[in-house]
Amino acid sequence: MREVIVIGGGPAGLAAAISARDNGATDVLVIERDTCVGGILNQCIHNGFGLHRFKEELSGPEYASRFAENLDNIEVLTDTMVLEVTADRIVRAVSRDHGYMELQAKAIVLAMGCRERTRGAISIPGDRPAGVYTAGAAQRYLNIEGYMVGKNAVILGSGDIGLIMARRMTLEGAKVHACVELMPYSGGLTRNIVQCLNDFDIPLYLSHTITDIRGKNRVEGVTIAKVGPDRKPIAGTEFDIECDTVLLSVGLIPENELTRGAGIPIDRRTNGAYVYENMETLCEGIFACGNVVHVHDLVDYVSAESERAGKAAAIYASGNKASGRVIEVEAGNGVSYTVPQKIRPENCDKKVDMFFRVRNVYQNVRLVVRDGDRVVASFNREHCAPGEMEHIVVPVALMGNAEKLTVSVEEVK
Amino acid sequence: MAKIICITCPKGCHLTVDEVTYEITGNNCPRGAVYGKNELTAPTRVITSTVAVSGGEICRCPVRTESPVPKGKMFDVMEAIHAVRIVSPVRIGDVVIENVCGTGVNVIATRNI
Amino acid sequence: MFDIIIIGGGVIGSAVAYELTKYNLRVALFEKENDIATGTTKANSAIIHAGYDPVPNSLTARLNVRGNELAHIICKKLDVPFKETGSVVCAFGEEDDETVRKLYHRGVENGVPGLKILNKQELKTLEPNISDEATTALYAPTAGVISPWEYALAFAEVAVQNGLELHLSEKVTDIKEGNVVVTEKGEYAAKYIIAAAGVNCNDIESMVAEPDYTLKPSKGEYYLLDKSAFGIVNTVVFQCPNKNGKGVLISPTVHGNIIVGPNAEASEKEDLSTTADGLSFVRTAAAKSVPTLNLSTNIRNFAGMRANTNEEDFIIRFVRAGFLSLAGIKSPGLASAPAIAEYVRQLLEKDGLSLTEKENIVDTRKRIRFKELSPEEKNALIKENPAYGRVICRCETITEGEIVATFSSPIPPVSIDGVKRRCNAGMGRCQGGFCAPRVLELIHKHTGIPKEEIVKDKSGSTVLSGGAL
Repeated sequence: MREVIVIGGGPAGLAAAISARDNGATDVLVIERDTCVGGILNQCIHNGFGLHRFKEELSGPEYASRFAENLDNIEVLTDTMVLEVTADRIVRAVSRDHGYMELQAKAIVLAMGCRERTRGAISIPGDRPAGVYTAGAAQRYLNIEGYMVGKNAVILGSGDIGLIMARRMTLEGAKVHACVELMPYSGGLTRNIVQCLNDFDIPLYLSHTITDIRGKNRVEGVTIAKVGPDRKPIAGTEFDIECDTVLLSVGLIPENELTRGAGIPIDRRTNGAYVYENMETLCEGIFACGNVVHVHDLVDYVSAESERAGKAAAIYASGNKASGRVIEVEAGNGVSYTVPQKIRPENCDKKVDMFFRVRNVYQNVRLVVRDGDRVVASFNREHCAPGEMEHIVVPVALMGNAEKLTVSVEEVK
Repeated sequence: MAKIICITCPKGCHLTVDEVTYEITGNNCPRGAVYGKNELTAPTRVITSTVAVSGGEICRCPVRTESPVPKGKMFDVMEAIHAVRIVSPVRIGDVVIENVCGTGVNVIATRNI
Repeated sequence: MFDIIIIGGGVIGSAVAYELTKYNLRVALFEKENDIATGTTKANSAIIHAGYDPVPNSLTARLNVRGNELAHIICKKLDVPFKETGSVVCAFGEEDDETVRKLYHRGVENGVPGLKILNKQELKTLEPNISDEATTALYAPTAGVISPWEYALAFAEVAVQNGLELHLSEKVTDIKEGNVVVTEKGEYAAKYIIAAAGVNCNDIESMVAEPDYTLKPSKGEYYLLDKSAFGIVNTVVFQCPNKNGKGVLISPTVHGNIIVGPNAEASEKEDLSTTADGLSFVRTAAAKSVPTLNLSTNIRNFAGMRANTNEEDFIIRFVRAGFLSLAGIKSPGLASAPAIAEYVRQLLEKDGLSLTEKENIVDTRKRIRFKELSPEEKNALIKENPAYGRVICRCETITEGEIVATFSSPIPPVSIDGVKRRCNAGMGRCQGGFCAPRVLELIHKHTGIPKEEIVKDKSGSTVLSGGAL
């Protein structure tokens, strides 16, 4: 019987494992499928990580190393793939060195991260040549293996990885012709629009999409069209760009196949498990954190969230189950989801961290938590955008006897 | 008045900078004020890339400039980085290029290999 | 001098090679692409039809029913994924009900076993998600789904083990007097040439004589849904052909996905693009059968090309002495493949070719499918070869051992899609986003092909065309 098993050795898993250890768990096991820990951070060689947490601008590998070098008394199995997790906390995994394993845990932390949406997910019509990659796949080829996927690129989607890759490929000598975004606003951080596109005069086409990919064997070009408010291409607005590469940065999907396999309920809005205030899923003793729960904008927040999950897993493993009444949290006007979706006030330490994303770009609004008509808490924001995760801290005392809280975007009166 | 977006941190504050006095509004922290003035007078950027490394478990070592370098020198710095070959073991913080392109800034390794 | 030269390495050419290499013959197969099964064979509905569709007494009817029967036997022997799911042709109203009855009688006449007309209730029991508008259906229990490319590969791999001389990446450019096949690389004489060139059948045939049929290529577009959609239908769900067209199908695949499509659009045969209109047609048409079908779980769109002609039947005949053309092999060509091969053998025999069976031929095939093994089997395998303990494709749980094994198979892959067709790596929901770089590395390591020259699929589909830093 293992005390805490953490599935995934990326930023979420490492922070959870460290926190579980620091909160009293003496037998913590991290299972990582890659040959080293760090997860996707290893290929994120750009800077900008850790500003909140370390007050420094670190690259991804540096940020990961701050955690990877703090794993004393934590067992790490790398190059090991978890095949199955069950609701009664059995983990089935396989590796070269240990073969097929079946491990029973007192508590489990799910930290599998997310994957990129593909061409199929958005059904881009056209030929199917080589040269269409998710931005992350191209990033791996470039930053880990030292190969450029192409020389002339168009990027679909303005997610952060796509923007980062626009700059990275440009610096390595490629021509990035355009970044094309379906929505009327960018999906990435504003700073990345500035330093990855504007710095290199790469045009950003908002409210546009790729309507055709051409190329018999390798991409030869794309057709781009403006879209209307219904996000459908407008006939007559098409223009062509010749290129050998299309990079897709069209969203991330939490990787919850193991979660589903265990029968843990998934929130359709986040594509991650429903979680309580301490990141416990609706399956007792199984916790989740990081991008497997909801897609974060900054790794700093992943670390903080995962530390809460790791601590809660250690507490659960020591025999203290969370209990008490449950307040449901709902996404109201202008809010696409909330994490946590459920709060057990008796299990909270004075305040609750709440994360969510807004549905649109807003200036000068209030983020309001209500219990019916009563305002529980309110936070002013000069600027909110879907590309940036919102974080509010709500004191439990203010929640009173609420059965349901609604988080919404409201105009400042 | 120049309108720029601060890139110091992910907040992305919308700054308004007076081109004469460099007086700044819209910043949420002092770093924004510094950024706003620099961006108009002498813009700088941190450069990140990889260099070839032999003898390690992977063949590219990620590197970055220790601090921002003049924006106009970005491609010169890239060229200098391309020319470098290093040998494992490498530790985070090891200087890969000293005083790159005369900027006074070192290029350092950002991964242990 | 070859006894037999087969032109085309799709499922038909491969099945013919499998059949003829059982005899004491010198057989060669020429394929213009770098692998088996890169044309229509890899892009179709993957159905082994029962055989109620073709006109009674036609060649197609006979070969379809016989092909279905053979598929059941061969897939077991050669370890090809095949599931006898059964199929339903659904009627939506009285006119369709009449079609269902007509198809039933056709099927009975064609000798299709087990056919049954289902009433609304019976259909609902079999297919709970079917539309309430469905009135009756023709149920064919012997219909099934298959891995079409693995079917072709299995035929070709066994044929190679039995002596087939396989020439990949060697395009036939001409056929000269005296039955001499001219390729980009050389000239080869043969007693018999068998053209199994799929959508290029007319091009090959016209090297010998002007074809007496007109090729009318017809493109079909598809959705392939994630495994999470599995179970939405249990059988191959067809719609009745009517004045509005043939309808689209929704079907499970042997790999645990759901396939939806195809439309039918007259097309240039090289054009395998998907289109907004085509996909939209498929979406709308599919919703008629299963209104709750959720296409947002799509992981891949693709298009396939049917080798339709002005003839309804398959066109299989000697065009001149020693040149046997297999033309117009469209649906149910996949289902008919082994029966076509059998028929080819009979035609050759009738033409005077003497056939004596080879001794000690290979007629089995087995590959390791790690995820299907029991825990004990997994452990034993990993002990023997640790590479089976490293999962490379996480969506499909494909191990390094399975990928490496493809490089020592009778027809080693040279592309990322070649690896995919042999062991399913990269077939899942991330479509190779995670595993393609690792597969590329393994191709490099085991074949020696420089990384920047490795292709995704066909020649020219370079993955890393930007080169090394």
